[in-house]
Amino acid sequence: MAEALAFYTLSVLILGLAVAVITTPNTVHSVVFLVLNFLCVAVLYVFLQAEFLAVIQVLVYAGGIVVLYLFVVMLVNLGRSPEEHQDPRRLGLIGLGLSGAVLLELAGIIAYSYTREQSPPVTAAQASPVQGNIEELGWLLYTDYLIPFEVASVLLLVAMVGAIVLARRES
Amino acid sequence: MPAGFSALDFYYILPELLLTGGAMVVLLLAVLTPRNDNLLLGVSLGTLVASVLSVSLFSGLDVTAARGLLAVDSFAAFFKFIVLLSAGLTMLMSAPYLRVEGLKAGEYYFLILCATLGMMFMASGVDLITLFIGLETMAVSFYILAGFLKPNPRSNEAAVKYFLLGAFSLGVLLYGMSLVYGATGTTSLQGIAVALSGQSPSMVIVLAVVLIGAGMGFKIAAVPFHMWAPDVYEGAPTPVTAFLSVGSKAASFAMLLRIFVEALPAVAADWSALFWVLAVLTMTLGNIAALTQSNLKRMLAYSSIAHAGYLLIGVVVGTERGVASMLVYLGVYLFMQLGAFAIVVAMRRSDVVGDELKDLGGLFRRSPAAAFMMLLFMLSLGGIPPTAGFMGKVWLFGAAVDAGFVWLAVIAVANSAVSLYYYLRVVVFMWMHEDAQPGSPLVFGPAMTVALGIAILGTVVFGIYPQLLFEQAQAAAGTLEGFSATVALR
Repeated sequence: MAEALAFYTLSVLILGLAVAVITTPNTVHSVVFLVLNFLCVAVLYVFLQAEFLAVIQVLVYAGGIVVLYLFVVMLVNLGRSPEEHQDPRRLGLIGLGLSGAVLLELAGIIAYSYTREQSPPVTAAQASPVQGNIEELGWLLYTDYLIPFEVASVLLLVAMVGAIVLARRES
Repeated sequence: MPAGFSALDFYYILPELLLTGGAMVVLLLAVLTPRNDNLLLGVSLGTLVASVLSVSLFSGLDVTAARGLLAVDSFAAFFKFIVLLSAGLTMLMSAPYLRVEGLKAGEYYFLILCATLGMMFMASGVDLITLFIGLETMAVSFYILAGFLKPNPRSNEAAVKYFLLGAFSLGVLLYGMSLVYGATGTTSLQGIAVALSGQSPSMVIVLAVVLIGAGMGFKIAAVPFHMWAPDVYEGAPTPVTAFLSVGSKAASFAMLLRIFVEALPAVAADWSALFWVLAVLTMTLGNIAALTQSNLKRMLAYSSIAHAGYLLIGVVVGTERGVASMLVYLGVYLFMQLGAFAIVVAMRRSDVVGDELKDLGGLFRRSPAAAFMMLLFMLSLGGIPPTAGFMGKVWLFGAAVDAGFVWLAVIAVANSAVSLYYYLRVVVFMWMHEDAQPGSPLVFGPAMTVALGIAILGTVVFGIYPQLLFEQAQAAAGTLEGFSATVALR
């Protein structure tokens, strides 16, 4: 019951934030909504007892990817007048609040994963000889899913070569 | 060696390993000897030949490898041959094109090889994860290849359009796959079929069928998911367009058959009806839109959309015979489509773009050999005997009639008649119109001659003696599982 309530609340939040991302006229606000969206998805992962995935979601998406987005927004600048960029203190406060939220969430995830340690994982890999989220994922990646894992490395190589090919200045 | 893997597993992925190794060698050579185009072409072709030979090592086998993620069967082998052959022909016709456009050969051949690797996993994967990662490898390679003509805004547009729409369609496809996983708790195609058998299909599965159908429909450019195709086909470098319209389409059809026939026979009635509508829409809209095109590449793009519609008939029929005839048609389509594109590539010269229909004007007087070859490819695409295209259509439409889809066959035949108009228009331009560039015959280098020779050979031989191809296709379709359940449901 409590889980269902939490799930539906989160789902409404995730969908609402996703809509906000594409409807906000201000690009920076849009990115901030995206961060919140990613964080809510991370909470969803925690409910699924995929704590490792939740941490990765926060670190990679809410962290790395959004920083990239912000860089692009900053560089492109979308023709706004300089006055609108004012009030660094307010922005600093927002930044402080956001980073606090991220820290809280990480702490919450870790605390939650400790309290849930006793319950057996419900994944398909119940037969795996290792315990714990990260170990299990690693086990699966290097045994059952070794081939797709290796192909993914080729895929990343292709993406890297492609980025260089397309960005290189022709002499 | 990781637990659960034996030396046999690595033996079974030998074709893929060879291809990956060859691709890395090409990438290294591109750095060490960047101007040695012939060496790069030689190594790339050698890699493909080695891969073909190693695929034929496993002929007649029907096993799964790598913990049930990959199938080593005749179906996979058939598609691997098609994909490798189309990659080879594409490379052969690329050689003169790269020279004229001044493109870097090393990265180009590397990307073609990686796209081929992705396609091979799409042909042999029997697990949603393997299939998806293969599809993504192929798609990313093509996004880059489509934008390879960097100074050309058309090529840039093609790459961006293909990338954005491709990413979106991939999302739709993944959503469908995740619903299937949620409903069955497994990503293995066999496991999904077992989990779904013996119960009435839920709404979730039907929704998943629609989403996966839409995602795959994008890849094979089926109407209404075809909007990207004409722009991308027109803007991409011509050999890439050729590879996109043959290799990518064949691999996507392999993946589509694997998912729907092997994993989802429980809802065969639903997806058969879905693909009936898609097939009719695709062939009709493709042919009608092709009628008014003045750009040769764009016309061939719409023609390739129409051909995807014909090929979908095989999926709708869904029986072993239907799939076998579809494989025959794919084999035939490979030669005629790549042949037609090879002529378009040969028209490209340092001062002429040569992809407009009017550029073909008076080709017969300029270079009769090229005109006759183009005539043969056009007749085959239109389905005129004694070319291979005719035999392919006879079998495909015959399979539809046999399975009781008479209306589908009637619509397909009517469409073939419509398509003759624009195929023969090409011929009219070559024979009746004024010379576009008088006194400058097309020059075929050795690589292009080999490519055209193979295309002609396939178009003629399979037209006269199609049994050769049909036996292979029959064997390949026979190893696809799930037919019995499909037929029982009807």
